[in-house]
Amino acid sequence: MDAESLLLSLELASGSGQGLSPDRRASLLTSLTLVKRDYRYDRVLFWGRILGLVADYYIAQGLSEDQLAPRKTLYRGRGRKLGNQDPGDVVGSLNCMEWSLLPPATEEMVVQTSVLKGRFMGDPSHEYEHTELQKMSEGEKVFEEEVVVQIKEETRLVSVIDQIDKAVAVIPRGALFKTPFGPIHVNRTFEGLSLSEAKKLSSYFHFKEPVELKNKTLLEKADLDPSLDFMDPLEHDIPKGSWSIQMERGNALVVLRSLLWPGLTFFHAPRTKNYGYIYVGTGEKNIDLPFML
Amino acid sequence: MGDPSPDPEPQPQQPSSRRSSQVPQRRSRELSLPQPSISEEVPQTPFDGPAMQSSQGILASQTNLQDWSSGPPLTAQENLAMYPTEEAQLGGVEYPSLNMGFPSELQPQPYLEEGGMQASRNVSLMLQQLQQGQGSLFQQLDSTYLETQPDYLGQFNMYQGEDLQFDQGVPHGPYMRDDPTLQYSPSELGFMPFSAEVPEPEPRELAVQNAKAYLLQTSAGCSLSLYEHLVNLLTKILNQRPEDPLSILESLNRTTQREWFHPKLDTMRDDPELEPTYEMAERQKGLFLRSSAGGEGEQEMEEEVAETAVPNIMETAFYFEQAGVGLSSDESFRIFMALKQLVEQQPIHTCRFWGKILGLSRNYLVAEVEFREGEEEGEEEEVEEMMEGGEGLDPHGEEEGEEDEEKVTDVIPKPMWRPPPIVPKEESRSGTNKYLYFVCNEPGRPWTRLPHVTPLQIVQARKIKKFFTGYLDAPIVSFPPFPGNEANYLRAQIARISAATHISPLGFYQFSEEEGDEEEEGGAGRDSYEENPDFEGIPVLELVDSMANWVHHTQHILPQGRCTWVNPLQKLEEEEELGEEEEKADEGVEEVEQEVGPPLLTPLSEDAEIMHISPWTARLSCSLCPQYSVAVVRSNLWPGAYAYASGKKFENLYIGWGHKYSPENFNPPLPAPIQHEYPSSPDVMEMSDPTVEEEQALKAAQEQALAAAEEEEEDEEEDEDEDLDD
Repeated sequence: MDAESLLLSLELASGSGQGLSPDRRASLLTSLTLVKRDYRYDRVLFWGRILGLVADYYIAQGLSEDQLAPRKTLYRGRGRKLGNQDPGDVVGSLNCMEWSLLPPATEEMVVQTSVLKGRFMGDPSHEYEHTELQKMSEGEKVFEEEVVVQIKEETRLVSVIDQIDKAVAVIPRGALFKTPFGPIHVNRTFEGLSLSEAKKLSSYFHFKEPVELKNKTLLEKADLDPSLDFMDPLEHDIPKGSWSIQMERGNALVVLRSLLWPGLTFFHAPRTKNYGYIYVGTGEKNIDLPFML
Repeated sequence: MGDPSPDPEPQPQQPSSRRSSQVPQRRSRELSLPQPSISEEVPQTPFDGPAMQSSQGILASQTNLQDWSSGPPLTAQENLAMYPTEEAQLGGVEYPSLNMGFPSELQPQPYLEEGGMQASRNVSLMLQQLQQGQGSLFQQLDSTYLETQPDYLGQFNMYQGEDLQFDQGVPHGPYMRDDPTLQYSPSELGFMPFSAEVPEPEPRELAVQNAKAYLLQTSAGCSLSLYEHLVNLLTKILNQRPEDPLSILESLNRTTQREWFHPKLDTMRDDPELEPTYEMAERQKGLFLRSSAGGEGEQEMEEEVAETAVPNIMETAFYFEQAGVGLSSDESFRIFMALKQLVEQQPIHTCRFWGKILGLSRNYLVAEVEFREGEEEGEEEEVEEMMEGGEGLDPHGEEEGEEDEEKVTDVIPKPMWRPPPIVPKEESRSGTNKYLYFVCNEPGRPWTRLPHVTPLQIVQARKIKKFFTGYLDAPIVSFPPFPGNEANYLRAQIARISAATHISPLGFYQFSEEEGDEEEEGGAGRDSYEENPDFEGIPVLELVDSMANWVHHTQHILPQGRCTWVNPLQKLEEEEELGEEEEKADEGVEEVEQEVGPPLLTPLSEDAEIMHISPWTARLSCSLCPQYSVAVVRSNLWPGAYAYASGKKFENLYIGWGHKYSPENFNPPLPAPIQHEYPSSPDVMEMSDPTVEEEQALKAAQEQALAAAEEEEEDEEEDEDEDLDD
């Protein structure tokens, strides 16, 4: 959700039960403004919160002028615990406001961390140990040896955020538009989806580079408007039914919740400009989804 | 104004005659009244709006020189030179300077706005001309009207195309006056009589008119012409004055088009799309109305203030908000009003907001209530009893039938499978059914009561994992098949969550002293508690520090599905009345071990870990001000279950999807192994069918035997016959 409309967005997304406490809200408002200034971002999005066992991560993303360019991800964790202090205590108030930049995600990272399971610890320097069988050859012998691979939690954080973004970050149709010169801009005349459109999954797009678009038939492409329909819609997501779409308060608010990554909530008030998504969860994919539908 | 028609010829002639007189007036045009001397020359052209006057003035100076040097470069310009200023209407014809190009930029804009003004001006002009006794009045007027439209556009075009004029030096006739070589000199210009002919349009003029006609086209499918659309678009832009309009041009274009075809509905008609919103708002408005009648208002107020079963939801919501959990405050308030409504409708003793369970289409708000003493639930109980009774009868029927059959025909072997004995469900107000639960989808909707949960449902619920759809009567399609619909599944999950995650600070509850102890129910332990009046509250830091400071205050559910153990076989033998116990006995009395669970009020530190992870996470709500924070505990086993404690207050809440967390993937149980068919016994023996060869061999052997037997008989007969013959 946009850092500028943080308070309103949190109100609207509160139906999922997870929000932010007042002190966090206040600190976020200030720190996100500073981030925007320091890193010179065009827009700063508050991405969400990953709940760890010891501490939580607060994640923000910064966008440059071109909305679909790779986003820079920042995170803010709690201070490290020293001595006998209780987990979750912050060493000093400075740590509440500091944001650290995360490296961009690469394929190897994703592959490497796919073997990790379980909850996040909450400490970015925590290392997971994973034993792998690797073939080592010494001389003429080839034998398998167990190798313990250490994977940092930061890497895991990066890949999880990347996966969630690619899988379930949502944008309503018409909020961004593409100019013939290439860059994607925020559509200043976006007035919101109409009510009939808001109930359909096809009016929401994945907020990432399109993958499925090229595979569409010419007939389907003919109906699309190239300046607006340049991202993949949610309609054809596999498995089907992995989105729960609900109207709250009568028809005044539409909420999409992802069942694949439980904790991701997208909200939009039809006919207004308010929309946004937030992820508050454990950072684990719901692999049991096909059984649960 | 009418369609563009050919420009009257005299116009070009007129300016030439007038120019001299008007040039000096050009500057002062705006200030002085035009001279009526040239009243013959009706300003055939429309009148520029006041906005144009200044521009005219400016451009007049620019083109002043031009006129003198090259004459009116364009015939059209000359025609357009008829645009008088407002003052000109009063009498004279004032030709705006021959630089027709100047107002072109502004022409389109005022076009719309001043169409009306132009019409009125035309009328006034007409009057003037009448006064002046213009003979060719009508004609002039016609041409005025006709010229209005193309002239503007013509100016627009002409402005850019000044150069073109010079290229089109092809003489078309006597009316062609824009020959650049032709030098006007004031002396040559004289008053030309107004000719009665309607001249043919200038080629430039014609082009303009054609262009405009083209732009005004509408198609069968669309009644909006491009011309009108562009006008609307530009008007909108100029009215709204957005920043950087070029970048949003396409969007504005689309919006303008849409607005034309989808005008806002008038106030008399209801917008169908907003119907559900209004409906919901109506329903929720009902929540906020006080139910009291006029006279009893005061009394009820007192009663309400004194004692109400409705908990202080707002306070709880506030504390949870400190932890970052919970719904927004207006939603909480609506839930509060909805609970109040529930309390009024049902005979409720205590009530609590249990939480919210998210579903696919709709969500559930769950309230945990306890009925007043003596209020029994009634119907639900009876239905369930009947069902259980029916199941008990069936085996009896089978056995009786079997006895009869035995005597008649070969008995079909009876399947050896017996359904496992049904564990009886717990009584209401005890164990898993200690509280009653009501659900509703949204505050304002009616509350529905959930049925009591049976142990079988809990056992099955542990084996499946399904999302809730939001409709209580939806079937649960799963393996193993769940006995019930979504309402039962929901109730089972609520029971499991309550048993696992309802915690309180140590010491808040204590066992009551009179409790009889463990002789009841075979060592199930105490199952009731009461509030400790001496509870002092535990400091928040301690609560966060150690899990031993929290205890469960709901009973653990045994693997059997109940909180208190019941030997299912005992019950079964009691129900059995016929003497068929032998068969049952043959199966062997299964020794069932008594299941024991942790007793009530065990601290959380005793909870089993999930894969080396503590099942609970405790935090301070605000690390920046520990003096005023609350302690928040989050369950890792059931994500979404929270508890807070601060001073003497505490509360539990669940907001989530209603599923347990498991680090491994969910593996549905495999189907049961295929049952054996009946065992072989002397009565029933399974043999393989004979093969064809065997059958043939058998047949051959039989025939042989038969043949042999016949031969013997024949031999015997022959013998006998022979004997007799002798």
